[in-house]
Amino acid sequence: MSKAYLLKGVRVLGGPAADLLLRDGIIAAVGRIGAATAKGAEVVDADGLVALPGLVDLHTHLREPGREDAETVESGSRAAALGGYTAVCAMANTSPVADTAGVVEQVFRLGREAGLVDVQPVGAVTVGLGGQRLAELGAMAESAAGVRMFSDDGHCVHDPRLMRRALEYVKAFDGVIAQHAEEPRLTQDAQMHEGVVSAELGLPGWPAVAEEAIIARDVLLAEHVGARLHVCHVSTAGSVEILRWAKRRGIRVTAEVTPHHLLLTDERARGYDPVFKVNPPLRTQSDVDALREALVDGTIDAVATDHAPHALQDKECEWAYAKPGMLGLETALSIVITTMLDSLGWDGIAERMSRAPARIAGLRSHGQAFAPSHAQVRGGASSAKGAPANLTLVDPQAKWTVDPSRLASRSRNTPYAGMELTGRVVATFLRGVPTVLDGKATR
Amino acid sequence: MKVKHLLSAADLSREDAIAVLDTAREMAAMAGREVKKLPTLRGRTVVNLFYEDSTRTRISFEAAAKRLSADVINFSAKGSSVSKGESLKDTALTLQAMGADAVVVRHPAAGAPHRLAGWVDGSVLNAGDGTHEHPTQALLDAYTIRSRHGRIEGLKVAIVGDVLHSRVARSNVHLLHTLGAHVTLVAPPTLLPVGVHAWPADVSYELDAVLPGVDVVMMLRVQRERMTDSFFPSEREYSRRYGLDLDRLRGLPSHAIVMHPGPMNRGVEISPEVADSARSTIVEQVANGVSVRMAVLYLLLGGAP
Repeated sequence: MSKAYLLKGVRVLGGPAADLLLRDGIIAAVGRIGAATAKGAEVVDADGLVALPGLVDLHTHLREPGREDAETVESGSRAAALGGYTAVCAMANTSPVADTAGVVEQVFRLGREAGLVDVQPVGAVTVGLGGQRLAELGAMAESAAGVRMFSDDGHCVHDPRLMRRALEYVKAFDGVIAQHAEEPRLTQDAQMHEGVVSAELGLPGWPAVAEEAIIARDVLLAEHVGARLHVCHVSTAGSVEILRWAKRRGIRVTAEVTPHHLLLTDERARGYDPVFKVNPPLRTQSDVDALREALVDGTIDAVATDHAPHALQDKECEWAYAKPGMLGLETALSIVITTMLDSLGWDGIAERMSRAPARIAGLRSHGQAFAPSHAQVRGGASSAKGAPANLTLVDPQAKWTVDPSRLASRSRNTPYAGMELTGRVVATFLRGVPTVLDGKATR
Repeated sequence: MKVKHLLSAADLSREDAIAVLDTAREMAAMAGREVKKLPTLRGRTVVNLFYEDSTRTRISFEAAAKRLSADVINFSAKGSSVSKGESLKDTALTLQAMGADAVVVRHPAAGAPHRLAGWVDGSVLNAGDGTHEHPTQALLDAYTIRSRHGRIEGLKVAIVGDVLHSRVARSNVHLLHTLGAHVTLVAPPTLLPVGVHAWPADVSYELDAVLPGVDVVMMLRVQRERMTDSFFPSEREYSRRYGLDLDRLRGLPSHAIVMHPGPMNRGVEISPEVADSARSTIVEQVANGVSVRMAVLYLLLGGAP
C-alpha cells in the first residue's frame, strides 16, 4: 500500500479551504478530515495553495530517442511535473520517428520508468513524417502505448487527399489527427511572422494565411468525412474566426494555443535572438488578443506548451540557422495565471489545462480530480472523492523570476529568462504519489 | 558618435549621420594629398569578416582602415575555420581573443551582426546582412547625393526595384528619412514587403508616374532567380516596366541623378547607355565609399570629432 497524504487547507479550484486525503491513488476524502480518517497519512501544509487537477499537455517534444542532448523522456518528465503536469503527449518527431508500434512503445516505457508523469506517445501520421504514405496507425493504436492522437507536428500533412484518408482512417479506433497547420509553399524559407516587423528586419515572412488556409481546408475535410480534427498551436486571429465558424457548424474540431502565443509578439524578434524563433511564429498583439478571447469563450479548447527543447548550439547562432521552438513546461501555468486568471478563473484554467486536453487525448484518468462529474466542491466539502489523485498545488501569489540555468529541462531555450511570473507549483501528485514536493522534484 | 556599433542605419541620429558625411568630406579632401594616410587608428585592429563574396565592399573597408593606419585582418569564410563548420560565436570569440577593435561583417543571414555584437567587445560594423541592411552603402549614397545636389533635406528620391530583398533599400529608407528626404519606393507589388506601409516612404507601382518629379533615382539590382520564383513573369517584362533606359532618362528633370549600388545587371534594371551617362553617379559612389567608411571607422573608434 502506498503512503497516504493529507493536504491541509487547500483551496480546491480557488474555493474555500479544505483538506484532501490522498490514499491508494485516489482522492479518498475531502473537507474536514478527522485524525482517525487521516491515520498514518503524511501531512502537507497546503494552507492557501490552490489545488488543480494535474495538468495535461497535448503537445510536448521530449526529443528521445535521437536528441538526448536536448531532452530525455526523464528530464522532460521532471520539467513537466515541476510545471504541475501529470500527463504529457510526446510528439512523434524524434529520431527515429515515432511512426511504428516499436518506437511509441519505447517512449511509453521510458515514461513509465521515469515515473514522473504519464507519457502518452503521439504517433506520426505519415511514414517518417514524409507526408507521402500513412504510417501504421492501427498498429500504434493497438500497441501497449494505446496511441489515439496522431500528428506529423513540425510538418503539415499538406496533401489534401492524404489528410482526408488519415482523418477517415482513425475513426475506426476513435483516433484524432492533430494538424500542424502550415501550407509549406507559403512558408518556404520563412523565419518569422510576415508583417511590419519582418519587413523591417529583412527576415522572410510566415504569413498568417499559411495557417488559416490549412485550417479552413481541414475543418471542411473533417466535416465531409465526419471525423475529429485537432488543430495544434493556433496562432492567428483569422484561425480563431475559422474555428469559431466550424464549431458553430457542428464540426468536430478542437484546438490548442501555446502560452507563448498568449503573451509574446513578433516585436521580440528585434535583436535577432533566436530564443524567440518558433513555429508557428510569434504574431501581433491583435492576434494575441484574439487568442485570449478564444480561450475564454471556448473556441480554443486547451492550452498546450509545444515544449521544444533545443541544444545550445542550435540557438546560439544566426536567426536563420537556429531551430524553431521554445521551452514551455515549467512556465506554462505561470504564464496562463499571469495572462488569463482574471478572465478564466481557476476553474477555467483547470478546464483549459487539464480536463479539455485529457478529453482530447483520451486520457481517462487525468483531468478527473475536482471535475464536475466527481461533484464540484459544493459548500466547501462534499465529494471530489474517488477520483484518481492526479493533481497539483499552486501558490497563487508566489512571484518568481525565470532563470534558465535553474530549469529541469536539459535545454535552456526559454523566452522568459529574467521575466517575473506569478504563481508557482508547490506540489504535484501522480496517482497519489508526490512527483513534486516543496517545489522540488521527488526523483 | 553616440553609438558603439553600426548595425542599422536607424541607429544613426541626424547629428551622427551629418557628422559622418562631414567627416567623410574631410577624408575625401585628404585623398588628394600625396600621402593619403592618417595616423588616427595606429595600433588598432580592424577585422574584415566576410561570409559572402563581396570584393567591392571588402576592398573599400580595407582601404579605409589602412588609410587610417589600422592593422587590417581579412577573414573570409572560404578556406577558413568557418568552412570547417565553426560557428559564428566561436569565430567571434576568436576575434575577441585577438583583440579586434572593430569587426566589419558581411553575412548572408539577417541579424548576424547583432548576434556578433553580443559576443565581442569591439565595435561591429554591418557591411550587409542578408536582406536586412547595409548602412555604409546608405551613408555613401547620402554622401553622393549631397555632393551632387548640395543638400539632402527636401529632395525627392525614388528607390526602384527589388525592395523586398534589398538591404540597400532598407538602409536608405531609414537614413534618407532621418536626413529629411522624401522617398518613394517603386516596384511591382511582389517585390515590396507586406509590411511596407509602416515605412517612412511612399509606394508606387508605376515608374513613369514617379520619374518626372524626382531629384534622385536609385536603381536596385534585380536577381535573375527572382524570375523563376514568379516575382515577375520575365526579365523582358520587368525591364519594360521597371528598367531605366534612355527614353525614361529623358523624362527625368534635367538636374536628376541616377544611382546604383552595384553590381549592375546591364540591360535589366538599367540600360548600358544610362549606366554610362553623365547623369549616373555609379563610379563616384564607389570612390565615395572609401571616404565614408573611413569616416565611420574614425568616428566609431577614434572618438568624437
